[in-house]
Amino acid sequence: MLGSASFRPEPGRRRRGTGAAVPVPVVALAVLGAAFFALPLLGLLQQAAWSEVVRDLGSPEVRAALRLSLECSLWATALATVLGVPVAWVLARGQFRGRSLLRALVLLPMVLPPVVGGVALLAAFGRTNGLVGPWLFDTFGIQFTFSKTGVVLAETFVAMPFLVLTVEGGWRALDARYEDAAATLGAGRWTTFRRVTLRLLGPSLAAGAALAWARALGEFGATITFAGNVEGRTRTTPLAVYLLLETHPGAALALSLVLLAVSVVVLVALRDRWFGVRR
Amino acid sequence: MTLVAAGTARVGALDVAVDLTVADEIVAVLGPNGAGKTTLLRTLAGLHPLDTGRITLDGTVLDDPAAGVFVRPAHRSVGMVFQDHVLFPFLDARENVAFGLRSRGVGRREARRRADDWLARVGLADCATARPDALSGGQTQRVALARALASEPRLLCLDEPLAALDAQARVEIRRALRRHLAAAGARVLVTHDPVDAAVLADRVVILEAGRVIQTGTMDEIALRPRSTYVADLVGCNHYRGVAADGRVTLAGGATLVVADRTVTGVVHVSVHPRSVGLHREAPGGSSRNHFAGTVTDVDGLGDRVRVRIEGAVPIVAEITAAASTELGLAPGHGVVASVKATEITVYPA
Repeated sequence: MLGSASFRPEPGRRRRGTGAAVPVPVVALAVLGAAFFALPLLGLLQQAAWSEVVRDLGSPEVRAALRLSLECSLWATALATVLGVPVAWVLARGQFRGRSLLRALVLLPMVLPPVVGGVALLAAFGRTNGLVGPWLFDTFGIQFTFSKTGVVLAETFVAMPFLVLTVEGGWRALDARYEDAAATLGAGRWTTFRRVTLRLLGPSLAAGAALAWARALGEFGATITFAGNVEGRTRTTPLAVYLLLETHPGAALALSLVLLAVSVVVLVALRDRWFGVRR
Repeated sequence: MTLVAAGTARVGALDVAVDLTVADEIVAVLGPNGAGKTTLLRTLAGLHPLDTGRITLDGTVLDDPAAGVFVRPAHRSVGMVFQDHVLFPFLDARENVAFGLRSRGVGRREARRRADDWLARVGLADCATARPDALSGGQTQRVALARALASEPRLLCLDEPLAALDAQARVEIRRALRRHLAAAGARVLVTHDPVDAAVLADRVVILEAGRVIQTGTMDEIALRPRSTYVADLVGCNHYRGVAADGRVTLAGGATLVVADRTVTGVVHVSVHPRSVGLHREAPGGSSRNHFAGTVTDVDGLGDRVRVRIEGAVPIVAEITAAASTELGLAPGHGVVASVKATEITVYPA
């Protein structure tokens, strides 16, 4: 946020624009910083043997990984939405002690090393000696390790904070009087939520879901630690990329390009909403 | 249709008296910003709970914390027109108006037909498919009114219905609003503008710092203001003092000679600015009150001039522009104000 005071013209200086130039050393370092991001992308694009990319993407192994990734990431997005929206609601509207503690807890996976997340998930949901894992297996027959369910759980764990954060922000910006108006017009709480709150939250919800999906799609550390690396069951695209790099670098490159394309699309679609470029 | 509200609602550090009886009439709640006017409306609509007391509408208890009764807004039949209107931005004018009917189970087609009816009634038949951001302030105000009226609420609340409009639209909408509010039913409107209250309301309730100061018609209130805020609103001089033997001793120690000897004890005193005369020196005549003072403001109002005078008895006089020119009035000048004893209204506090 730019405070209004920061635009006050200082004495003896030209107006913002020409006079407030960035110092040259800063510009030089900034160019270096930008190049640091740009070079790997350029490398990826340059290394790709474009004629082979299509063929590589057609191989059964690659297609299995892509299909699994798509399936699991969509489930993870759905789960993150179903669980994340209520959390965002509570964080935005609830008034209780320990709210900042809850927020810190929910956002922890954003800064936690994904491998640690995977180990933690094992400690909780592992079938043999997890906190609730044995009970879940004995009662419902649910096993997370070496299963798609485990992949979905690991992806949800790392992706949900993005959804919660985005939707909570949207909720805070929402004028509660729209809900008041709906109530005075005879709409019960469920109708108000469905017809007014969700409609107003729509853009935030879409942005949060897109970010969560992109994060889930790229998840590696927690997945391999918690769900393992079983072809066709838990070997998602990022895991396949890592393995193929040894045996078949072309295919690894092709898959990387797919993941890159997805990231770029999400980034472009959200550029205004998430990155604070407000008109 | 009768609303009876008697209770309090706490908002921040303010305890707002929710004290109101409304029959088939339009009542204006008039007060300065922060007096608790909006909170009062919100308690009636069920958007803010009472802390003590009770609200009933046609005998049905809506809110009674002691008895553990609280009827949710959706089940109250209390309509609300919000300040700056709060139309749903994702619905067009017709769907905004139909919203209440749809929520109460009216079919889509029927709801739309009735919404179009209401839009026609407020003169917006052409705007049915317009989104709120394509409408002017006056138009959104009318859509908001149609939306609230379409559910045919037993009580209609309007929160500063004209505040979001520019000066020209205000006059126009005020006239139209008066026509639409004339239909039977209980109506409460909140405003800080005495003109709105005078034009739109049958009765006025003055709310200051959460307390009801005065109720009555605008004329009654203009004649006998009971606080400095009200006196300023209606453009009257107002004092408080103690009356005895045809004299009123004001808080500052000055005394006024009054004609009315029947009222004694702690009193309010009001003097209309037009009954105040101004002179260079104290004139003769025993029935007159004289106060020397210094002119602080001279405001022209066409052919008349309002002169504010500071002194032992601060007073505002309204004299002709000619008289002002003759006296050569300007801020800083010394002047003597005079008021006939018969022109002073005295009434018990």
